[in-house]
Amino acid sequence: MTAASRTVRIGSSHGLHARPAKLFAQAAKESGIAVTVAKDSGKPVNAASILGVIALGVDHGDYVTLTADGENADAVLDTLTELLTTDHDEESAG
Amino acid sequence: MSTLRGVGIGSGVSQGPVVRMAEPLPAPENARSAVGADQERTRVRDAITAVASELTTRAEAAGGAAQEVLEAQAMIAEDPSLQDEIDARIDDGATAEWAVHDAFAGFKATLEAVGGYLGERAADLDDIAQRVLARLRGVSAPGVPDPGHPFVLVARDLAPADTALLKLDQVLALITSDGGPTSHTAILAREKGIVAVVGVAQAGVLTDGETVIVDAAAGAVTTEPSADELGRAAERASARRSAEALPPTPGALADGTPIALLANLGKPADAADAVSRGAEGVGLFRTEFLFLSAAQAPTVAQQRESYRELLAAFEGKKVVVRLLDAGADKPLAFLNDAHEENPALGLRGLRALRASEDILREQLTALAEADAETGADLWVMAPMVTTVEETAYFTTLAREYGLKTAGVMVEVPASALLADRVLAHADFASIGTNDLTQYTMAADRMLGSVAGFQDPWHPAVLRLVGEVGAAGARAAKPVGICGEAAADPLLAVVLVGLGATSLSMAPAALADVRLALSERTLDDARRLAEIALAADDAAGARAAVAAAVADLTPHPNPQQKETTS
Repeated sequence: MTAASRTVRIGSSHGLHARPAKLFAQAAKESGIAVTVAKDSGKPVNAASILGVIALGVDHGDYVTLTADGENADAVLDTLTELLTTDHDEESAG
Repeated sequence: MSTLRGVGIGSGVSQGPVVRMAEPLPAPENARSAVGADQERTRVRDAITAVASELTTRAEAAGGAAQEVLEAQAMIAEDPSLQDEIDARIDDGATAEWAVHDAFAGFKATLEAVGGYLGERAADLDDIAQRVLARLRGVSAPGVPDPGHPFVLVARDLAPADTALLKLDQVLALITSDGGPTSHTAILAREKGIVAVVGVAQAGVLTDGETVIVDAAAGAVTTEPSADELGRAAERASARRSAEALPPTPGALADGTPIALLANLGKPADAADAVSRGAEGVGLFRTEFLFLSAAQAPTVAQQRESYRELLAAFEGKKVVVRLLDAGADKPLAFLNDAHEENPALGLRGLRALRASEDILREQLTALAEADAETGADLWVMAPMVTTVEETAYFTTLAREYGLKTAGVMVEVPASALLADRVLAHADFASIGTNDLTQYTMAADRMLGSVAGFQDPWHPAVLRLVGEVGAAGARAAKPVGICGEAAADPLLAVVLVGLGATSLSMAPAALADVRLALSERTLDDARRLAEIALAADDAAGARAAVAAAVADLTPHPNPQQKETTS
């Protein structure tokens, strides 16, 4: 088994909406393995689903739990964690 | 000929052939599939793949902010959660059409329930669902037409995704059947200086290819125009173009009375455009951009940087900054997340700031710091001030922070009627005609069905403006106008006649208003104001003033006038 799990605090000042959600879902999709994301102790959703991610309504400072299952699960979570802790809205026009 | 009525945006006039935007597709029937689940699944996959690749192509072509939006839409189309929902319905025997329609509707409801910023994304879902449905049915996707020649676009309303793709240099004018003066279409038209008439309920009678005159100043669309009418419209359009080509001069009436022409700005980056169009300063700087879609208020340092950037662009000039105006149309979770039955009448404007005084104090701190570092003439004002007591509260607080000039926005009839007492405390008043109209007419300006009431030409609104103007003159204090009304050249003259000493508007409107003012004296303006006040309703006031203007002796053309600076 190569399943891995991690809890991360959201760094993006606008939370996991719009652009950050898109970047995150895109990265999860490109990882090629099954990744889920859950807010607090909520129900995990497919991290590659931009709609699922947006509907979580994750705000700045919230905690989410990532779970990956498959090849390079740890490396995939490293990349995704980095995305979630960075403030992407700094470069975004809004 | 016949005339269709709507709400004109700006004051331009244009003419050209109609091109209709394809109507949204009717919702599919919930019928059982006749071809079986496997085939329905293949149909959906093909349609979705085609739509996603089309959106991706368009994203690349669009570039900039639109690219981000369209890429996100492509991702939404191919979203695996959505795919699961669609498949589940197909497995239950639904057609591809129904499965797509129903699954998208489910996600839309989820997003709308989350509300706020996410609620806005819900409209995107409708757009994507429509594209997939059009593919499934083999009809052309609803969307922005591109006929290859200049055209008058007729649509129900335009979504942000539509306007991002619209070839603006091909659009002669916009006509919408839905949407009021605050709709996305209206905002676009104002920003880009496109002639538009919105909320034309009868726009359905217009057919592709027919020539119409779109007169924003009159809020009218003329069908089957005569050669004479076409000629006059062309003349007006060309006068407008030459006015725009003139080097901008400070706003003044024909008799030399100065009327400062200022810009309404939403972010510091827009300052350069305003300056190039001859804005003599900023009459309304909206600070919401710092706060909207933020879960928490920005820090004092973040705010100070933005204000400094703005003030630096207007060295030696007046800049009126409005404190955060949240509520109703722009809810902010950290200010007020209580559900309100009537948000327009709720905890908004200064009321909301007062309830979260730390945010107000931080904003004043940042403004005072930015003011100290720059050479602009900073004025601050509070939004939606209702009472004399609120006026005293805000102006006292602002002065405590060392801000020299503190005023209030008059948007509520109560403060307009007591303007003399409001101005005993405030250094100036700035009339927000959009809200003043909404509150005077008791018609929600966000609501298309009552958009007809949202007309600042209404004599009741004008009488209130007159109260404020008279109070300002008695107290020798400035009275500005910073609503949409100031951008309507004919109305701008009337507002000056009612006592406005400065006018602030979208920079695209400055040239028209500058020209209109330069053709009239203060006496003319006062006479026109009397005529407007004597009318029974908005349409009557507009028509009477337009007729009176036609009879006035024209004053010297500003092009031949000696101008300084």
